[in-house]
Amino acid sequence: MTVVVDRATGKRRGDRAPRPGPLQRLKHAYQKYWYAYAMTAPVVVVLGVLVLYPLVRGIYLTFTDATSLNSARTIGVNHIDATYEFIGLDNYADILWGPTAYDRFWSHFVWTIVWTALCVLLHYAIGLGLALLLNQKLRGRTLYRLILVLPWAVPTFVTVFGWRFMLADAGIINSLLDAVHLPSPLWLEDTFWQRFAAIMVNTWCGVPFMMVSLLGGLQSIDAVLYEAAEMDGANAWQRFRHVTLPGLRSVSSTVVLLGIIWTFNQFAIIFLLFGNTAPDAQILVTWAYQLGFGQQPRDYAQSAAYGVLLLSILIVFTSVYRRWLARNEQQLAS
Amino acid sequence: MSTTSTTTVTNPAPADQDPAGTAPARRPRRRGENSLATTLTSHGVLTVASLIALFPIVWLVYLSLGPDKDDYLHPEDIWGKMTLDNYAFVLQHTPFFDWLKSTLVVSLGTTVIGVMVAATTGYAVSRMRFPGYRKFMWVLLVTQMFPVAVLMVPMYEILGELQLIDSYLGLVLVYCSTAVPYCAWLLKGYFDTIPFEIDEAGRVDGLSPFGTFFRLILPLAKPGLAVAAFYSFITAFGEVAFASTFLLSDTKYTFAVGLQSFVSEHDAQRNLMAATAVLVAIPVSAFFYLVQKNLVTGLTAGGTKG
Repeated sequence: MTVVVDRATGKRRGDRAPRPGPLQRLKHAYQKYWYAYAMTAPVVVVLGVLVLYPLVRGIYLTFTDATSLNSARTIGVNHIDATYEFIGLDNYADILWGPTAYDRFWSHFVWTIVWTALCVLLHYAIGLGLALLLNQKLRGRTLYRLILVLPWAVPTFVTVFGWRFMLADAGIINSLLDAVHLPSPLWLEDTFWQRFAAIMVNTWCGVPFMMVSLLGGLQSIDAVLYEAAEMDGANAWQRFRHVTLPGLRSVSSTVVLLGIIWTFNQFAIIFLLFGNTAPDAQILVTWAYQLGFGQQPRDYAQSAAYGVLLLSILIVFTSVYRRWLARNEQQLAS
Repeated sequence: MSTTSTTTVTNPAPADQDPAGTAPARRPRRRGENSLATTLTSHGVLTVASLIALFPIVWLVYLSLGPDKDDYLHPEDIWGKMTLDNYAFVLQHTPFFDWLKSTLVVSLGTTVIGVMVAATTGYAVSRMRFPGYRKFMWVLLVTQMFPVAVLMVPMYEILGELQLIDSYLGLVLVYCSTAVPYCAWLLKGYFDTIPFEIDEAGRVDGLSPFGTFFRLILPLAKPGLAVAAFYSFITAFGEVAFASTFLLSDTKYTFAVGLQSFVSEHDAQRNLMAATAVLVAIPVSAFFYLVQKNLVTGLTAGGTKG
């Protein structure tokens, strides 16, 4: 039986003792861990008030028909009370299989999945490639690194405007494409090219984070492992496959998960690149925002219902992902 | 030249000679050294990548120098008539400094509150195996997944009831709810790398758990704290959705909202927008490069032990 030593108090846990009654146990736990609870209390309060309560309220809203027309509001000096009603699961039914559900939900859903998969794949592949290049002895690699993190250093809302100038109809990109006699697509108007442009801009913005994280991971791999592999006659590819990739496993699993969550919820890039003009290029997050705040009347209930659906998708995905990781680790260990 | 050609033929050492005594014809490559071709390819790829990373920003700076709002369509003309007029106009005739003030208040407020709260949490989770800590970490991760849409409407209502709509405090609190969980994860990873013998030593010397934390651990965790601070700052600085919804009066706009107002309000005065964008990017990028040294160490500590 393992005995866990609490690292702050030095007390041993896991020793068997006669089980005291529940109230005493609670008191005991309080005495033993009060400082731990005191230290986490601020977060619990902040999250409770600003995340948990709104979440509960948001979930409640999804069961109503709240819009900006029937919510409580103040016009001048008159206060109008909320008149929205409880309508059960109608919002979800309407979103998932109501009339035109395909155009409103499923097409955005598919595009969101494609967007997330492609973006994270590109982020990871390019980030890993650049990290590998930067991890070798190379003249001026500090300079390269400083330049390559620039897309991360400059705030997204600034760079997206830069991209908008470049992607405009007669902008620099189309001028260049014209100059080499390639077709110049309408980046900001044609659905396919809108999507293409969105993925391109997001890739440009997201690679530095992956690169920096993976570079850190590469630097923490013990050089002795490479030496041993070389002694055993492993070629470059085999060293990469059997030393580098396993060494990056823990960093990769974390950054890929974060990358997927962030890309799935990526709001700023699509919102700023297209505004309200591109209904087909909106991913679920921006689409939900548009329903709730980008139109009149504002459809609060449906917007919140989209949010809840998004959240459930992510939670299911994350649980599966973590279980898959844990199983993989076990397989490696055995 | 003849001298260069002779150097290549002066030592044609036979391959079957005693390897210990003579210098071999070609110096064997040491580990970590690459052949010329590999080095050149690496430089080539990195240069191209750097150009791609630089270009949109350089282009924005270049366009901001053009005096006319349609100059971005004729970039070649700008070269001849470059001027700083746009910058002068933005600084004198737009609410630029109001935006700067509100952005700084919101971002720094988020940074200070967020890092303080995240540090205590990270420490508690890293050092103390209190019941429920695994679930707690899981909850922190889950809050990272909250799409803006699910919280926006209820938050709007709650802030409305608390009279915090269109106020800095409301926005700071909202941003903390997104910045704190990630920072707590990050700092937990960083605290894990600090040997807990240090805590024990502190306790032996009679410090309380809080004393250990403030006097011993925090000073040691500076790189981690720098990364957490940077992350909070950037999160608050660049956030668009909440800021566009919760800020109503245009003197309280943060840059992220203010920059959008150029398109509609000034009838797409893109030259002014570019100039503002450049002015905005300067302080953040400066801040970024200040902490970037700590960035790699802090992030990996968070990443590997996450």
